Amino acid sequence: MEHFNLLVFLAVTLAAAWQTATPIIYAAVGEIFTERAGVLNIGIEGTMLIGAFVGFATTDLTGSLALGFTAAIAAGMLTGLLFACFTVTIKANQVVVGVALNLLGLGLTSFLFRTYFVHTGSGVPNMPAVHIPILSGLPFFGVALFQQNIIVYLSLAVAFLARFVLFSTSFGLTLRATGDHPEAVAITGRSVVLYRYGAIMIGSSLAALGGAFLTLADVNQFVEGMTDGRGFIALAVVVFSRWSPVGAFFVSLIFGLFYALQLELQAQPSLGIPYQALQAMPYILTILALVFVHNKQDAPRTLGVPYNKA
Amino acid sequence: MDDIDIRPPAPAKLYLYDISTSIRIRSLQRLRAIGFPIAAVLVALCAGAALLAINGFNALDVFTVMIGGVFRNIHSITEMLLIATPLILIGVGLCVAFRCSMWNIGAEGQYYAGAVAATFFGVHLNGLPAPLHIVLILAAGSIAGAAWAAIAGLLKIYFNASEIVTTIMLNYIATIATSYLVTGPMMEAGVTYPQSTELPHALRLPILLPHTRLHIGILIAIALAVIVQAFLFRSSAGYALRVVGINPHAARYAGISVRRSVVLAISISGALAGLAGAIQIAGVDFRLYQNISPGYGFTGIAVALLAYNRPIGAIFSGILFAVLSAGSVLMQMNSQVPQVLVFVIEGMVILSVVAFGALGMRAGRSAV
Repeated sequence: MEHFNLLVFLAVTLAAAWQTATPIIYAAVGEIFTERAGVLNIGIEGTMLIGAFVGFATTDLTGSLALGFTAAIAAGMLTGLLFACFTVTIKANQVVVGVALNLLGLGLTSFLFRTYFVHTGSGVPNMPAVHIPILSGLPFFGVALFQQNIIVYLSLAVAFLARFVLFSTSFGLTLRATGDHPEAVAITGRSVVLYRYGAIMIGSSLAALGGAFLTLADVNQFVEGMTDGRGFIALAVVVFSRWSPVGAFFVSLIFGLFYALQLELQAQPSLGIPYQALQAMPYILTILALVFVHNKQDAPRTLGVPYNKA
Repeated sequence: MDDIDIRPPAPAKLYLYDISTSIRIRSLQRLRAIGFPIAAVLVALCAGAALLAINGFNALDVFTVMIGGVFRNIHSITEMLLIATPLILIGVGLCVAFRCSMWNIGAEGQYYAGAVAATFFGVHLNGLPAPLHIVLILAAGSIAGAAWAAIAGLLKIYFNASEIVTTIMLNYIATIATSYLVTGPMMEAGVTYPQSTELPHALRLPILLPHTRLHIGILIAIALAVIVQAFLFRSSAGYALRVVGINPHAARYAGISVRRSVVLAISISGALAGLAGAIQIAGVDFRLYQNISPGYGFTGIAVALLAYNRPIGAIFSGILFAVLSAGSVLMQMNSQVPQVLVFVIEGMVILSVVAFGALGMRAGRSAV
């Protein structure tokens, strides 16, 4: 009986962990593209909010989830374009522009939501769960791993696809070179500016998709500031995973696990463990990762440095 | 930013040319110091007005309500200055960190650290004469803030860990720890709401104007802005710190300890954010809550940037953001415009600041 309960607990926690991790996985994989090209975008928190709001608003108006996700990705690309204009073309400080983007994302989405949507209240249609044949029938873990919605499954595919693109295509090679040796890229006749614009826009659209997951496939409603630091956690995931997309998938899952366990602890005050200890764990682990895994060979060499044509 | 000239001075032949360039640079600096911030604020306000107009609000009416409300009477002005106090303190501190190219995004966490330390020493220490005890509380807050920030500084110099990431992580750890403290060890006995015990009445900061809540914190903030300005631009440590910020390699050639400057810069900014938290406890809240900051640490970044990292300028930009923030509350009450508009304006201010800054850099590079 004890084992049975433990298994159920594990399965439920794992399901919650993957669900929690999904928006972070998208944002982190996107940020890996951006950072691999030498650009640090700390504005993904604001970008995720924009994706969450635009996705919600579009689906609320049209009734179509597909249109909602498409609009969110488009909004993410536009946000990325703005960030790229400032950081690549004007060569403004990436951290400063990122801070501005976070404020703009929070302010704009909350302003528009309160002006137009605050009375709707009903939320958008639920994204159906997709039961994978056979596997979803497995005891315990069938529910956890094979009865999620399509966006959750896609997070795994996106992580592997990102690895393929970054490490097995010439586009990915050039993109990474843009972060490590931009001069070398320029010598081969490719445009560093263009690659950085592309990397930023890929990163921002994935962050916006992660945000839209929250409103369209998780909570089904927009709440002001609902990303609640997930963009910053994604930044931590990127460092922790050493700029590897598949690594980012598993690190996000671990962070999601801490979140799910922390919720369990809140429901069990009799255990006497402060749930805040687990809440703080991802942040503490990230700092420790920076300390112990400070193998700088992994980090893009020109991360955060604007490119100046000689 | 690797074009600092560390060669010996140019030969005398070029002397006249140098004077004319330096005059050109100085007038440009003056333009940057006053003209750019004003232009940046105007651009941001126009963007805010456009957003209001597009969404069917009368922008002029809204701004009138905001500004008119804040300056309606002595009471409303003093309430605005209560918001300006932490913003100025945090902004002044961030000027120091940013001048050294330490991107401290963690003022929010350092503010929490200061507030926790101040509450702890205010509630758990007995028998000291009140004035001494108040000084001790404020000192404890500053030291706690400095220590919290120094973690990021030390991790940077010993492990090359990005201070951007570590300060953001330390923000979360500080707010989560505060939440633990007010629901656990520091929670007031016999209440269900998560808050600490109240500070004794004698430990409240002296009031400046009778019948208002305005305490001496605003004077401390202004005095520290002047002192930090002198430190940055009139002391050798301040000079070293700015050189490190512009070009660490050149600083190393000049015999400046980059490591010391980096830790000093982020610790000073942490100390001022911590002091802001302590002043908030001893002057306004009198006890610790879970959410003691409405994002002062992040608005403080905008305060420093709008001042183009000049501490004295941060007095004015701090007051400006306090007016916007106090006014946005009135705006929401009286014209049904969501208060969050103020974040849009803050974000636009920062973008305009960097855009004008970049234009200024192109027009002619200025020295440290």
